[in-house]
Amino acid sequence: MSARHAAWLFAAPALAVIGVFFFLPVLAALFVSLTDFDLYALADIRNLRFVGLGNYWRLLHAPEFWRAVGNTLYFVLLGVPLSLAASLTAALLISSRLTLAPAFFRTAFFAPVVTTLVAVAVVWRYLLHTRYGLLNYALAGIGIHPIDWLGDPHWALPAIILFAVWKNFGYNMVIFVAALQTIPADLYEAARLDGASLWQEFRRITLPMLRPTLLLVSILTVAGYFQLFAEPYVMTRGGPLQSTVSVLYYMYEEGFKWWNLGSASAVAFLLFLMILAVTAMHVRLARGAELR
Amino acid sequence: MREPLARWLLHVLLLGAVALTLMPLLWMLSASFMTSGEASALPPPLLPGHGTLANYRQLFAQQNIGRCLANSLWLASITTALSLVLNSLAGYAFAKLRFRGREPLLRLLLAALVIPSQVAMLPLFLMMKWLGLVNTYAGVVIPAMAGIFGVFLVRQSALAIPDELLEAARIDGAGEMRIFQSIVLPALRPILVTLGVLTFLGSWNDFMWPLIVLTDQNLYTLPIALATLSREHVQDNELMMAGAVLTVLPVLLLFLALQRYYIRGILVGSVKG
Repeated sequence: MSARHAAWLFAAPALAVIGVFFFLPVLAALFVSLTDFDLYALADIRNLRFVGLGNYWRLLHAPEFWRAVGNTLYFVLLGVPLSLAASLTAALLISSRLTLAPAFFRTAFFAPVVTTLVAVAVVWRYLLHTRYGLLNYALAGIGIHPIDWLGDPHWALPAIILFAVWKNFGYNMVIFVAALQTIPADLYEAARLDGASLWQEFRRITLPMLRPTLLLVSILTVAGYFQLFAEPYVMTRGGPLQSTVSVLYYMYEEGFKWWNLGSASAVAFLLFLMILAVTAMHVRLARGAELR
Repeated sequence: MREPLARWLLHVLLLGAVALTLMPLLWMLSASFMTSGEASALPPPLLPGHGTLANYRQLFAQQNIGRCLANSLWLASITTALSLVLNSLAGYAFAKLRFRGREPLLRLLLAALVIPSQVAMLPLFLMMKWLGLVNTYAGVVIPAMAGIFGVFLVRQSALAIPDELLEAARIDGAGEMRIFQSIVLPALRPILVTLGVLTFLGSWNDFMWPLIVLTDQNLYTLPIALATLSREHVQDNELMMAGAVLTVLPVLLLFLALQRYYIRGILVGSVKG
C-alpha cells in the first residue's frame, strides 16, 4: 500500500460520513426549503411542489416567526453579556495570586457545564417553583414577593437566561483562566510600582490583553445562544403565551409537530443567516473599536 | 497588612459563589431521597426527613429507566469508539499524508464549522427514514461517527509528530497501517483521550437529534426519557430528581476523573476556533 493510497483510505471513512450525513443534508435542506414538503409529500413524494422563495416570504410575514426571532435575540443580547461577565469574574477571582486551591474552585464552577441540560433544567424548574421553589424562598427573605418565574410571560425568558448563565459560565471561565495566565506578570508589577489601583490594572492591562480572547469567546457564545432549544422544551414548552418560543423551538414544532419540513428548513437557513450576520457585525464592531 | 483582609474577602466571595453554583446539584441529590410530595412544603426542606430509595426503585421498576440507562451507555460508548477510529485516521491523514485535494478539502471543512448542525437535521431525518434507520440505534450513531471538530482536534496534535520518525519507519519497510498503529497512535494518545471524553459526554448529553430520531420508548436515552417523564409526571418532583441524578451522575464522575483531558479539549478547540 503506497502512502498516497493510504492517505485516501485513512481519510475516506470520516470524509464519507461527514459528506453523506452533514454536507448532503445541508444542501438538501436548501432544496427542501424551496418546496412545500409536508405530510402529503412525506407519504408520497409526488405531492412535492417547488415553491421558490415562498416559504421564506411567508415566514418573513408571520408574526409567530418574528416573535421567535425576538425571543431569541432577547435571550442572546441579555444572556451573552451576563454569561461573559460571570465567566470573567469567576476567572479573575480564581486567577488571583491570593487564591488558595484554585483547582478546586475551577472544578466546582465547571461542574454545571458537564451536566445533562435536560436533567438540570428539570431541577431548575422546581427551584423556580412559585410556592415551593428555593429561589422565591430566598427572595422572600429579603422581602420580595413570590414571582411566577415560568408562568409569567415577562419572567419566563429571564428565568431561562438565569439558568443558562448558571449552566454555561464555567466553560468560558476556563478559557479566560488560560488567557489570563499568558499575561506577563511584570506588567502588573510595573503598574503596582506606579501605584495603580486594582480597577486601573483591570482596565489598562487585563482587559486590553484579553481582547482577542474576548472577541473569540463572545462570537462562539453568541452562536451557541442562538441555538436555544432544550431549555424551553423542558422548562416551559415555549409558553406562557409563546414567550419562550425560540427560533429552533419554532423550527422543531414546524418540522416535527406539524411536519411542514419545507417551511422548517427555511427556518433553519434563516437562523444560520442570522448567526452569520450577527457574527459579521460583531467582528466589524470589534475591529472598529481596535482602530480607535 | 492589607493582604490578609483581601485574602479573607476573596475566599468568602469564592465560597459563596461555589455554594450558589453547586446548590442546584446538591438539592437535586437531596430531594431524590425524599418521599413523594415531601419537597413541596414550606419552608422548602433542604434534607430528607427519612432518606428513602423509593424513587429510584420506582424508576427502575415502573419507568423502565434501567433500559434507558443501558441505551445511553451503549450509544455513547459505540459512538465514542467509532468516532475515535474514524477521526484519528482522518486527522492523521490531513496532518501528515499527502493526497490530492487535501488543502481545499481542509479549507472546506473549516468553513463548514460555522454551519449549525440543526440546518442538516430535517433532511437527515428524511434520509434516515428512507434508509429505514428511524427508531434504531444506528440512526443515532451513524451521523455522529465522524465530525469536523474531531478531525481538526486530531490533526492539530498529529502535526507535531516528527516527519523523520515516519520516514525512518517507511525506510525500514513498515506499511502505512503498521506506522499508524505503532508510531502515530501512541503519539496521539493524550488527544484521543480528550476526544473520547468530549465525544462520550456530548453523546450522553445530546438531546435534539435523539428526540427526533427515536420514537420507541424502549430505545430512549436518559435525557429523552427524563424529558418525557417530566412532561407526564409534572407533580412527582422527587421522582424527577432521582431521574436527574441518574442522568447527571455518570457524566459528572467521568468528568471528575478525566477533567484534565476535557479542559484541554476546550482550550485546543477555542484556540483553533
